[in-house]
Amino acid sequence: MWKLLKIELFKIFKRPRTYIAFGAVAAIVFLFQIGLKFDGKSYLDLILNNVSDSFEVSDDFKSRLLNGYFICFAILNILLIQMPLLVALIAGDAIAGEANMGTLRLSLTKPISRTEYMLVKFMASVIYTLILLLWLAVLALFGSMLIFGTNTLVVFRSEGIEMMNSFDVLWRYVAAFGYAAVALTTVSALAFLLSVFAENSIGPIIATMSIVIVLTILSEFNIPIYDKTVKPYLFTTHMVAWKGFFYVQADADNKTIDGTIQNLPAILRSMGILIAYIIGFVGTAIWIFKRKDILT
Amino acid sequence: MNPVIQVTHLTKDFKDVKAVNDLSFSVEAGQVYGFLGQNGAGKSTTIRMLLTLIKQTSGNIEIFGLNLQKHRNEILRQVGAIIERPDLYKYLTALENLRIFAAMSGVKVSEKKLMDQLAMVGLAERAHSKVKTYSQGMKQRLGIATALVHDPKLIILDEPTNGLDPQGIADIRNLILHLSKEMNKTLLISSHLLSEMELIADSMIIIDKGKKVVEGKVNELFDPAETVVELKTTDDSATYEKLQQSNLKKFVQGKRNDCLLLKLHRDEIPAVMKELVQMDIGVLSFYSKHSLEDYFLSLTAHPHVETLKN
Repeated sequence: MWKLLKIELFKIFKRPRTYIAFGAVAAIVFLFQIGLKFDGKSYLDLILNNVSDSFEVSDDFKSRLLNGYFICFAILNILLIQMPLLVALIAGDAIAGEANMGTLRLSLTKPISRTEYMLVKFMASVIYTLILLLWLAVLALFGSMLIFGTNTLVVFRSEGIEMMNSFDVLWRYVAAFGYAAVALTTVSALAFLLSVFAENSIGPIIATMSIVIVLTILSEFNIPIYDKTVKPYLFTTHMVAWKGFFYVQADADNKTIDGTIQNLPAILRSMGILIAYIIGFVGTAIWIFKRKDILT
Repeated sequence: MNPVIQVTHLTKDFKDVKAVNDLSFSVEAGQVYGFLGQNGAGKSTTIRMLLTLIKQTSGNIEIFGLNLQKHRNEILRQVGAIIERPDLYKYLTALENLRIFAAMSGVKVSEKKLMDQLAMVGLAERAHSKVKTYSQGMKQRLGIATALVHDPKLIILDEPTNGLDPQGIADIRNLILHLSKEMNKTLLISSHLLSEMELIADSMIIIDKGKKVVEGKVNELFDPAETVVELKTTDDSATYEKLQQSNLKKFVQGKRNDCLLLKLHRDEIPAVMKELVQMDIGVLSFYSKHSLEDYFLSLTAHPHVETLKN
């Protein structure tokens, strides 16, 4: 299987279109960083306007706020919503792209079981997702740390603000990126499933994005009846749970307790749901593909 | 000797359409086996079932004496194939394509062997060019190289000369003959270029609407000295009855809406004509067909052949 996986990765990384996602991530991150480097104060004022009613913001606080950790958090907030499109570009192409090129029928005449073929394809798209996330981490986290330095991370929530000492932040990012990998793999698995039905990759990519957008909107609906009946079962609801790693526990004096997470069981539950979705999507894809007549 | 391919009562239904209908045939080792039929006759569907791309509705396929469903990977390790177009990864070079498909076939092939394969199909000089820069003929040859890269015993080629110019067709023909005669490979080839099949096939099967029309050795089915005659008379039905009761019965292949088919040796034509006159049959036309293509068309071009001898 390792040999086949190497072949798949070779094919993925030999295609110019693979690098579109890497280019797009780099462009967004650099533009964001450059903007904040030259006009970070205005950006902060904009954010702080929304929260300054709840507490007083000192100049010292402002100066410490604009650091690499904060910028990475802001980038993740923006990019992790757009990343599914980039991930779907590869996963949606996995089977449909081969069918479109006509190489699917040749590949399936080789002594490889269809289950093995599918697993290898999916593993390759997961590896692509991980590499893309690693690229994002290097640029958004380490790049921002390099440009803006490190300091206390402040996260703004509707319920208030979260503050984390700089020495208590890096591991949270590792965990958050790990979680984001699972979340994006869920999108990957969905695109992969849809790819089985199509004979060109445009369909699965658009369908995946449409589903993600519709479910994300549904996840954001503030209609009480959906809170317990629909939202808990949507994978999009659980895709944003990575933020939970930046919500910390506080002691009786309302001081942050280093190394804590406010609601770890909720994060783990969300991760479990995403993993169940991944297994469901990939299992269904394999089940269908094994029974499919290859007519392309 | 056990046949390399043994197909028994193979049937494939697509909803209401019977693409392959109770098809049985066998391919002996070392043969070039022609698989003939018009578009939509069921050739590609059959070939796809032989390669496990399509699951049969019923029937059995054995290759190398093993059941295809149970021993899929073991069998496919010894099979090389091109199905319809030789589609490859256009953004990769010929050498990279070959390397990939060799690895997928489960064999480790040295760089020298890969280059030898490309040299065999005349592509060594373009080994490092991307496939998207190749002509159709070059792609076809590269497709054959990928089918051969793991040194299979059985090679299945679906329309290997599709889209090729005359030189390209001649090259593929020579390659097939080389594989058969020099390398002792067994080849199953479907093609609509019947004149080409005539030059390379040892045996053949003709199918029509998913059913076998005729199967046998080419020199037995189609002796160059033999011919198929289309006979039109003033009353075909009455003529058919008369012929069935005469000593010309042995020549009668079948009856169609508009004519009768007789298969006979060319030397016998004068005697047969004389006999027809003596039987007082009103002959409107007596058209002798000579090529395999004529034979093929005589069997499949018209849908209402009522009887046929194998």
